[in-house]
Amino acid sequence: MTEINTSHAADTIAFPKGEAAALGMSRTHLVMMVGLVALVAMAPFAFYPLFVVKVLCFALFALSLNLMLGNLGLLSFGHAAYFGLSSYSAAHAAKVMGFTPELAILFGVVVALVVGAVIGALSVRRKGIYFAMVTLAFAQMVYFFSLQARFTGGEDGIQQVPRGQLFGLISLQNDMTLYALVATLFVLGVLALYRITYSPFGHILRSIRDNEGRAISLGYRVNLYKWLAFVLGAGFAGLAGGMKAISFQLASLTDVYWGMSGEVVLMALIGGMNTFFGPIVGAALVVWMQNELASFGAWVTIVQGLVFMVCILAFRKGILGTLGQFLTRKL
Amino acid sequence: MVDDIALRASGLIMEFKGFRAVDGVDLAIPRGTIHALIGPNGAGKSTCFNLLTKVLTPTAGAIHFEGRDITGLSPANVARLGIVRSFQISAVFGTMTVLENVRIALQRHRHGDSWDFWRSDRVLAHLHEEALALLASVGLADYAGHVANDLPYGRKRALEIATTLALEPRVLLLDEPMAGMTQEDVTRISALIRKVAVGRTVVMVEHNLSVVADLSDRITVLARGKILAEGEYADVARDPRVIEAYIGVAHA
Repeated sequence: MTEINTSHAADTIAFPKGEAAALGMSRTHLVMMVGLVALVAMAPFAFYPLFVVKVLCFALFALSLNLMLGNLGLLSFGHAAYFGLSSYSAAHAAKVMGFTPELAILFGVVVALVVGAVIGALSVRRKGIYFAMVTLAFAQMVYFFSLQARFTGGEDGIQQVPRGQLFGLISLQNDMTLYALVATLFVLGVLALYRITYSPFGHILRSIRDNEGRAISLGYRVNLYKWLAFVLGAGFAGLAGGMKAISFQLASLTDVYWGMSGEVVLMALIGGMNTFFGPIVGAALVVWMQNELASFGAWVTIVQGLVFMVCILAFRKGILGTLGQFLTRKL
Repeated sequence: MVDDIALRASGLIMEFKGFRAVDGVDLAIPRGTIHALIGPNGAGKSTCFNLLTKVLTPTAGAIHFEGRDITGLSPANVARLGIVRSFQISAVFGTMTVLENVRIALQRHRHGDSWDFWRSDRVLAHLHEEALALLASVGLADYAGHVANDLPYGRKRALEIATTLALEPRVLLLDEPMAGMTQEDVTRISALIRKVAVGRTVVMVEHNLSVVADLSDRITVLARGKILAEGEYADVARDPRVIEAYIGVAHA
């Protein structure tokens, strides 16, 4: 069999198969995955656990957005809808319906999947800026629904959501116990998203991104693939939203606001949308900035804007994208 | 009695806001032949081509593939029947490797759809041998690991053909396969088309008349949306109406 040349690095999430090591990951990715798990395991001892919980929720959220953005080149500008609706649903399930936390989160995911399936079916026929606008419009509808519906508590949101007892057995009152749950869900979520990205299905998504007309001419019904990617992305955004609601015992309008949709796009872009791990880095950076600069009030948005501008001007491929280019590795 | 017409178009009409780009075209392309559509700019070749590939739906008329009416099918479903098109500008999956390009086509051909987002792409490894054989058949075996965008133009077209062949198409629709090519590439791709046309039906739109003369069994000349002449190249080329349409006749 011919030796497969892997020297040419393309600007894409795909990695050359010649590099494949264990678990269907490239060696670079395997090292990064192990590093990530180690980091997640050690972080609560170095930082305030709830801060890391927030980073993990947003990292998963950013990864869920990048499933479409990175692999299909489709920017959903209303991704907060699934995050927020799941946040409300999980909070409502835990507080009013008395669900245990794992069931509350699951309920949130199911709601996000269903809403994602409907909005996705109506959006995937559009491309580029039109797709972004359509998804934003639907997200605004979800926002106004959340503002008006009774169970969401309007301006107040749903407060004092009980963390409850995992499987009805383990109390999550302790931050470290909660952290263990969130970290586990996060790692499982990352592994699942990684698997999707590098599945036979994931390869087809990238072929559609590269050349949609050609993918059709090969017999692929591209809208179905886009739709499935959309629904999966919404589901993982829902997982992030549910985790966030249970952890911070709060679901509010902020979670469904368009600003939230913008922020998660920012995270994916800063980290590098053409890398798998980039959105995690972007999320960590943005959440860290918000935390550090909280005392400066409105200045946070200005600094955030400046960071974004520097990223666009200096490293257009995002932090990991640029780093990967420098190291000639796909990160 | 088996109908030996692979692709039949009857009474095709395509209107764009009152303008008839294709005006009553009938085509009958026998199985196993190479058929060329030619004509001056604006004759309706590309519209005709887009009708055959289902990118456009005709205003009136019908298209049959081996006796089956395919007028209402979507482009993806037409491809699934084995009618596969190429594109004027090279159509490769640019960020994917050459091997992956062909593998995407094999994936569709061997597995139908790939909804399996829960499986590792290692399950696709069994397609690599076949993909490499296809690449070898178009002279790209040494490039398997290269990213498609890094290939020179002529090689991209060869990759496109390998990708198309992975589907084992029954009808190949080639949209100006020689557009923008150097003479060296033209020679190579001509030979390739001749090779892959064995046992297949090929319809092509092409401007390069020497290629058309060289490759095609029959040609159809279009002008202003209508068929001007049809037959073997040598006969059609002598037809005064064709000469007039191409070169124009000085007024007396």
